[in-house]
Amino acid sequence: MSKRIVSVPLSKEDAKSLKVGDYVYLTGTIYSARDAAHKRMIETLDRGEALPIEMEGNVIYYMGPSPAREGRPIGSAGPTTSGRMDPYAPTLLDLGLRGMIGKGKRTKEVKDAVVRNGAVYFAAVGGAGALLSHCIKEAEVVAYPELGPEAIHKLEVVELPAIIVMDSEGNDLYETATKQYQRD
Amino acid sequence: MVRDIDVKLLTDNIKEMCIEATHYLSPDMCAALKVATETEESPLGKQVLDSLSENLELAGKEMIPICQDTGMAVVFLEIGQDVHFVGGNVMDAVNEGVRRGYVDGYLRKSVVGDPIIRENTKDNTPAILHTEIVPGDKVKITVSPKGFGSENKSRVFMLTPADGIEGVKQAILTAVKDAGPNACPPMVVGVGVGGTFEKCAYMAKKALTRDIDKHSEIPYVAELEKEMLEKINNTGIGPGGLGGRTTALAVNINTYATHIAGLPVAINICCHVNRHAVREI
Ligand code: SF4
Repeated sequence: MSKRIVSVPLSKEDAKSLKVGDYVYLTGTIYSARDAAHKRMIETLDRGEALPIEMEGNVIYYMGPSPAREGRPIGSAGPTTSGRMDPYAPTLLDLGLRGMIGKGKRTKEVKDAVVRNGAVYFAAVGGAGALLSHCIKEAEVVAYPELGPEAIHKLEVVELPAIIVMDSEGNDLYETATKQYQRD
Repeated sequence: MVRDIDVKLLTDNIKEMCIEATHYLSPDMCAALKVATETEESPLGKQVLDSLSENLELAGKEMIPICQDTGMAVVFLEIGQDVHFVGGNVMDAVNEGVRRGYVDGYLRKSVVGDPIIRENTKDNTPAILHTEIVPGDKVKITVSPKGFGSENKSRVFMLTPADGIEGVKQAILTAVKDAGPNACPPMVVGVGVGGTFEKCAYMAKKALTRDIDKHSEIPYVAELEKEMLEKINNTGIGPGGLGGRTTALAVNINTYATHIAGLPVAINICCHVNRHAVREI
């Protein structure tokens, strides 16, 4: 089977074409943000100010890397639990955020916002930080440097493996896949 | 005979062990992952398990931590009663080891100094230190960096004696199902049964440091470990929570005496990055 490569930022059409359970490889530019950065972004919006990064079409990776060794762009770089970003995600999705990469289940509010905006939710393999690190070719802190690993990084990725766990129609792999392998 | 041990020895070893544990898994963990890759029925699950083996190889070869969450450093010291520490304070020496390991080893600093104010301490200290006094003149050090994706899914249940072994089974399944994909399955499940509120939690944590190819020496507990592993794998959660037959690699259960009125059960969930380095000095 040939690798399906998807370019990021993600076009509306590409987002629509991705179906739950698809295994794809992302190439292009994405941003990292986790708990503290999300809290800051929402506070910024509450004050009526502009976000430090553009949302339209972009993909956020819920990830806080370990420090980079000399000569490398980034350290270990696997996904963190997405659920902690659930209170913030719908607002960002309504601003045009088209994809999220993380691990774990999402709330109904997030699912509704995914469907409403034609977005997708990807899972990266949790605990495969070294492997995922290899797919990140450049990393640059673009906002909140004082947050250390929690700063927003702009990441240039090449063939970052990701699985569609929630597609733009709201189909949820975490709900369906488990049933298939359940035994009594 | 009292044996003097310079606390610097603790610092030096703990530093190295933090780096070792975050880059290499123990042979029993690696072997279990390999077996799971062969037996997994779900194609997506197999792909996840393959990635994990590839990840492990890369981590060791290129010195990139297995997982970016290099955890909070949990340190167990089993101290022989004939040991006399010299040259400084034990807690300071342990923290210094963790500090050097995390700073020099390019590990992520994931500790905040206060649970509410939440400022990062920037060197991953303080460690969580557990000590036990044992016979002899040696010190067994176990360093177990614990990630919080799985730690957050751990539970304590204060069951009643009437709940019995069925209650224990239910408690374990409840915790595992609730953890689902968040705990980066395949998991390793540490369980403490009996004791008091804090003792069962401690036993559950310690159970995670036992080799996963070794069962409890108590026959009924060993049986329970096997039964629960099967039950957990029957949930279908699978690798990465994407469906499959490998939800856990092992269930390790420790037990202890308890009160006539109680049946405490603690479940410490760990991910497939079940890290621990062990040394004796
Ligand atoms: S649960 Fe384990 S594998 Fe998953 S992100 Fe945390 S430390 Fe890493």
